[in-house]
Amino acid sequence: MSSVDLSALQRPNDRLRRRRVVNRSMELLAWLTAAIAVAFLGVIVWSVARRGAGAVDLDLFTKPQVPYAPAGVEQGLANAFAGSLVIVGIAAAMALPFGILVAIYVNEFAPRAIRSGVSLVLDVLNGIPAIVVGFFVYGLIVVGHGQSGLAASFALAVLMLPLVARSTIEVLALVPASLREASLGLGVPRWRTTLAIVLPQTVGGIVTGTTLAVARIAGETAPLLVTSSLVTNGTSWNPLHALQTVPVAIFELTESYEPADHARAWAAALVLLLFVLFTSFAARWAATRSRRKLARTGR
Amino acid sequence: MSALDTTAGAARRPFQGRRTRLGDLLLQGTAGLAAAGAVVLVGLIAWKLVEGAKLSLSTFGLGFLSTVAWDPNPAHAKFGAAIFLYGTVVTSLGALVLATPLAIGIALFLSELAPRAIRAPVTALVETLAAIPSVVIGLWGIIVLAPVLADDVEPRLHSVLGFIPLFGPPGVGENLFAAIVVLTMMILPIVSSISRELFLGVPVELKEAALGLGTTRWEMVRGVVLPYARGGVAAAMILGLGRAVGEAVAVALVVGSGFGIDVNLFNPGNTIGATLANNYQGASSGLELSSLVYLALILLVFSLLVNVIAQLIVRRISRRQGVAAR
Repeated sequence: MSSVDLSALQRPNDRLRRRRVVNRSMELLAWLTAAIAVAFLGVIVWSVARRGAGAVDLDLFTKPQVPYAPAGVEQGLANAFAGSLVIVGIAAAMALPFGILVAIYVNEFAPRAIRSGVSLVLDVLNGIPAIVVGFFVYGLIVVGHGQSGLAASFALAVLMLPLVARSTIEVLALVPASLREASLGLGVPRWRTTLAIVLPQTVGGIVTGTTLAVARIAGETAPLLVTSSLVTNGTSWNPLHALQTVPVAIFELTESYEPADHARAWAAALVLLLFVLFTSFAARWAATRSRRKLARTGR
Repeated sequence: MSALDTTAGAARRPFQGRRTRLGDLLLQGTAGLAAAGAVVLVGLIAWKLVEGAKLSLSTFGLGFLSTVAWDPNPAHAKFGAAIFLYGTVVTSLGALVLATPLAIGIALFLSELAPRAIRAPVTALVETLAAIPSVVIGLWGIIVLAPVLADDVEPRLHSVLGFIPLFGPPGVGENLFAAIVVLTMMILPIVSSISRELFLGVPVELKEAALGLGTTRWEMVRGVVLPYARGGVAAAMILGLGRAVGEAVAVALVVGSGFGIDVNLFNPGNTIGATLANNYQGASSGLELSSLVYLALILLVFSLLVNVIAQLIVRRISRRQGVAAR
């Protein structure tokens, strides 16, 4: 009799223990997956830093590449840094006003149906692979006019547009409706309300969104390969010619057989990685701050 | 004084009205044009690629997709996408198989498990993984990762799973498997961050109800969170797949540029994106260039499909969750 009672008590205990063990192991697995992701990042950053740090010096930024250089010739990647600055700068100048205008239309003017249609198009544009955008610009510009920094800028601007537009739409949506209503109620026309009251509220958000977008396209390689890769020697700032860029230089140096070229690839990768990580961290930090501020004014 | 003001105001009102209307019209017009421009841009991309691929389209037709050949020799030029289609499918699906469980684990960790103090930093670190330029991942992949895989990982996989043709005898380091690992790292952040948001969207009442019935945390996740977010996780996987299929540069560096269809993952292969990236120095003939654009067109059609499907799923879910929240 008593033994029956005992086993009846024991069975649920066993099951409970098993359930707890399963639960524990699943929790452990989840911790492990997170650790793996963080380890991926750590390993990449660490190996780029270890291999690149030794080769980052002043020559890297002041001396251009010398193709087929005899041993002992000092060379850097000044031409690539110059080209990247020019191409990314022009791309941002093209995408920024365009993206802001699209966002203003979507958030301030568009009827509901058109709004969701345009934001779907922005998502689709964002999903088009960068190399495909490269071949589009190849067919649009390069076939007739040859490679140029401008063609590359246009390709990068196409990639940037959905990023800028989407982040601007997000901050515009955060601007409290009461602000618009107060302005309109005072008789301020719609266009002045939008440009002088609503838009200034979002400057912080637009700046961080643009910074994140710049950080992303600065490392973009694929579209540059087909639009601005067949370059002449020396450092050039002229966007009407093909310009060397940092990502393309890394790509080419990686495929080289010279160990010295690999060293410069690592150095350039380190500079690029630091730039991208620094700008995206700074932008993220500023974004959470300005969002908190906007949320406060909303109350 | 005040009368004067009123009359001046009254006199100005019609003019101001016109200016108001003009300003509104101008801003709405330019903004609307910009939005229309974005829509036109997508159309223009499609049209330019179709135009560029026309020669190859008319020469090979849809047979292009199943032709196993890429022979630029002008004497017997023949082009087909089958080699690259195979490599693209294998590497992207492989990456998805590896990344999905990892991403769901990370998302569950960040939404359900992580202590408050490490939640935000780990979220930021995982998203930072997405910010690493693909060329840097490619450089790391070919010089650091590929030798480790070839020396340590692939022989072990072969000795355990060698009966499956995919895991044949290891060869060189630059191969399909290296591409799968690199792609896994690249799509992990997007799949995990979308999944995390979906898991956070599961109503707290449902979770608490389950826990109140005496379930363990894992049983609550399996019974409530995962079923609730199922459709959204599918959308996240589709978006991850789209990202993997479209990746060009990182894959080009590690995949080894093989010339045929080889079932063994430890041998070199090639993908559509990698082929496009590797042929940037120019094509030897108009037909080869047109065939390259044909490949780009395949990628475009695929990415359009993937994104429209995934966005529609995500929208339906967020509408449902919006309703549920209200």
